[in-house]
Formats: sequence, structure tokens, C-alpha cells
Amino acid sequence: MSAIAVDRVTLALGGKTILADISLTIGEGEFIGVLGPNGAGKTTLMRAILGLVRPTSGAIRVLEQPAARGNPALGYLPQVRTIPPDLRLTGYEFIASSINGQRFGLPWRSAADRRELESCLAIVGAEELARRPISEMSGGERQRLLFAQALLGKPRILLLDEPLISLDARHQHVVIELAARLCREMKMTILFSAHELNQLLGSIDRVLYLGNGQAALGTTDEVITVPVLSRLYGTSIEVIRTGRHIFVLSEGGAVGMDAHMHGHGHEHA
Amino acid sequence: MNMLDYDFMRTAFAASGVVAVVAGIVGVFLVGRGQTFAGHALSHVGFAGATAAGLIGISPLWGMIVLTVAAGVGMGLLGDRLSGRDVAIGVVLAVSLGFGLLFLHFYTSFATQATALLFGNVLAVDAGTLRTLVILGVVTLVALAIISRPLLFSSLQPELAEAKGVSLRTVGVLFMAIVALTVSASVQIVGILLVFTLMVGPAAAAERLTTGLRSGLVLAVVLAVAEAWIGITIAFYTDWPTSFCITALSALVYFVAIAVSRRAAAV
Repeated sequence: MSAIAVDRVTLALGGKTILADISLTIGEGEFIGVLGPNGAGKTTLMRAILGLVRPTSGAIRVLEQPAARGNPALGYLPQVRTIPPDLRLTGYEFIASSINGQRFGLPWRSAADRRELESCLAIVGAEELARRPISEMSGGERQRLLFAQALLGKPRILLLDEPLISLDARHQHVVIELAARLCREMKMTILFSAHELNQLLGSIDRVLYLGNGQAALGTTDEVITVPVLSRLYGTSIEVIRTGRHIFVLSEGGAVGMDAHMHGHGHEHA
Repeated sequence: MNMLDYDFMRTAFAASGVVAVVAGIVGVFLVGRGQTFAGHALSHVGFAGATAAGLIGISPLWGMIVLTVAAGVGMGLLGDRLSGRDVAIGVVLAVSLGFGLLFLHFYTSFATQATALLFGNVLAVDAGTLRTLVILGVVTLVALAIISRPLLFSSLQPELAEAKGVSLRTVGVLFMAIVALTVSASVQIVGILLVFTLMVGPAAAAERLTTGLRSGLVLAVVLAVAEAWIGITIAFYTDWPTSFCITALSALVYFVAIAVSRRAAAV
């Protein structure tokens, strides 16, 4: 059974075509690194899988069902995280708000809800952290908390949109390890979008590279090649492999990868 | 003579207590969602509604309820497009006061009530109005209870809530209608210009001092009721305007809360 099947899908936002006629199939339990330049459609594709963006043509199926909003099989860590900086609410209360958050009624938590919150916090090692107010957490701590939240409801597929942004190198490594462990031990299917390929190389099964309205899915050896990337960037691309690293360069210099990453490597206080 | 021996004082305490409970609770969500300015604007729309009602001979309270709820639903429908549009909200606020003035111009015998509308007159609340306020309060709190779970979720994490199937627009519209009802009730106590006193002051102070939703709600209600009742008591013994006393207490509590939370953060 496929986890996500995208069949001849075209996605547009405000009349602008983001992805044109793409098809791909992701199997259950795969760890997919989603890469591509800014604006290539990484977030839009995830939102389409969530049922928030309707394809202008084609069909997306999630676990053999048509993509629809509110699918409990999907865990989601959005890229836009509008947490008010001075929010005094504890981390625990913050993520607890998402439990059955779509249902009407009072936001009381059952004993089962509390157990699940504790177990998801334990997976990411955030039990102590969650007792503190959000306003006192660093970017990395917030990220860990939101990761725990994405695990609530035992989703079978995790969509992690740029989970490494605003983390320092050490925390980035922790997040990647965590995703790899969930994939390995809990057989979760993971879509992990990022700017930088090299950090993910040892962990991911396949790469989904988006660019120029198109998509390429395959192993790094299949996708990170001169012809494929030149097509996705719409310009001639050079690929340099040095031991365990891969550098993608256009005529003007590095694109998409290392060059981008270092600008985001700082942590917000 | 004890102040509670007077009928109007008992009614004033009851009315302000009911409204303070509702305003404190709704205020926590209003502050949490960063929509306090929208709440302020709704009360000004209420001025036009109340004066228009006077002009056509129906109860000002009902005129206010109808127009603020309509405006609240409108704001909710505009949703995201309204966020950051303080100028647009400000223009609506101003034109509403302007229309209120126009209606007063055509209905001069109503003008004596204008001060009460603008600044509140809790000591003049009669038994019939108290009954209406109780019903209004119950309806408001029941409605809020029904939407509280998705409201909390979509206030804290709109992107995720949308993905999980919450209609941000429906929740936003219903909440603004609830805010409109709360504004209409609050105006009866502290007036159009001072609704912040009950709806924002206590909730904002509570937000500074607590880290949980339940503790925040409880503290906001306690502060709102205490400010209203102590304010009325001070007004009774000093003969100063009631709304001034409540407003002064509300501001004092808010600034003390800021000082306390700053000190706690520094330690």
C-alpha cells in the first residue's frame, strides 16, 4: 500500500502554477527528504496532501483515500509558526490545545489525553520542558515541543515543513535523528523538507527534489545528478561529490544547499 | 445606612457582577487572539446602534445588540484580511460615533442619555435591564463554551488547526458575535468608551500572571468582579463617577501585574 500517491497533479496558488503535472508514489515507512529552491512548492505540496490546497487537476491519495482536511493519519509541523513571542502559556497547555481541537465543546482533557501527551513528550524528551511558559523557550525548545505535538493521535505519516529552520547545528542533528528513529521504530512515513541535503544524507531513503514546476523522486544517486537538477533549476548545474558530501553549483556558485543553510543556522532566543 | 439597603445598589452589584464574569472570560480569548482593537471598535458601532434605536423608538440595548452583532459577523467574515488593518477599523469606529451624533441630533430628547451611553451608569440599571443582562450573559457563555475548544486551538495555532479540519472563518465569525454580545452588556455598566476596562484590563493582567488557561480564566473573572464591585463601593462613599472608579482600578491592577511579571522574569 502506498502512503502518498500523487497522480498527474497540478497545483496553483493565486493563478500561478507551482507544480505542473507531477506524479510520484511514496511507500509506507519511507523517509523522504524534500528539497528544492525557495518557492519550488515544498510547502504547497504538503498543504495539498493535507487537503488545504485543491489540485487544479489530478488526484492525491493518502493511504489509498483521497486527500481531505482533518485526516487523523497525518501529523503536521507547519513552517509558519505564529507563536506570539510573549505567550505565557505553558508548553503543555499549548500543544494540548490541538487534541481534538476541531471538535466543539469545552477544552477539557481526559486521563487518556494526558497519558498520550506525556508519552509524546517523552519521545522527544520534552517532559520537563513542557512545564515552562512558551515565552521562555528558545527556538530549538519550541521546535522539540511542536515535534511532540505532531506525534499526538499516532499519525502514520509525518509532514515536517522546514523543521531545521532557526535551529543550531546540534539541534538540527537531534531533530534529524528523531525523525529517523520514528521512521525506523514506529514505521512512520516521513516527508522532511529542508534547505540542505548533506545533513540528511545518512538518514533519508529517497529525495524528492522540486523545482521549475517539476518533481524528481529517487535515491540521491538518481536525483542529484547534472541532467535532473539542470532540468529542475532551469539552468546548467554542476554536482560535486566529495567523500560524504554533495555540492550543487550553478555557474554563479552554490545553489539551494550549503549557501542557503548557513544564513538560517542561528537560533532565535 | 448600609449601601446594600438601597435597591439600586443591590441591582448595580448584581448587574456588574454578571457582566464582569462574562467580560473577564471573553476578554481572555480577545486578548489571546490580539483582537482587542476590534472589540473597541465594536463598542463604537454600538453607539450608532443605540442612538438609532432611540430614534425609531426601540430599546437602545437591543439596537446596540443588533448592530454590534452584525458588525462583529462582518469583521469575522473579513477575517485575516482585517488583521493589521487598524486604519480601516479606526475609520469605521469614527464614522460610527459620527452616525451616533447624527441620530442624537434628530432625537434631541434622547441626548440626556448620551453621557450614560458613552460612560456608563450602572447605578441606573433597573430590574428589567438586569434580567436582560443575565439572559445575555448566559447565552454568551453557553455559545463560548460550545466553540471554546476549536477557538483555543485556532487562536494558538491557526495553520495546524486549519489542517486538522477547523474552519477558521466559522470560529472567527462566531467569536466576534460573542464579543459583540459581551460589548453590549459591558456598555450597560461602564459605557461605550470604557469597555476596555472590563473586557481587556482584567484579562490582560491575568495573562501576565498565569501560565495556564484555567488559572487565567479564573483570575480574569476574579479581577473583573473585584474591580467592578470595589469601584462601585468607592463611588458610593466618595460620590465620584462609578465608571471612573472601576476604570482607575482596572488600570492600576494592569500596571501592577506588568510590574510583578517583570520582576518575576528578572529573578
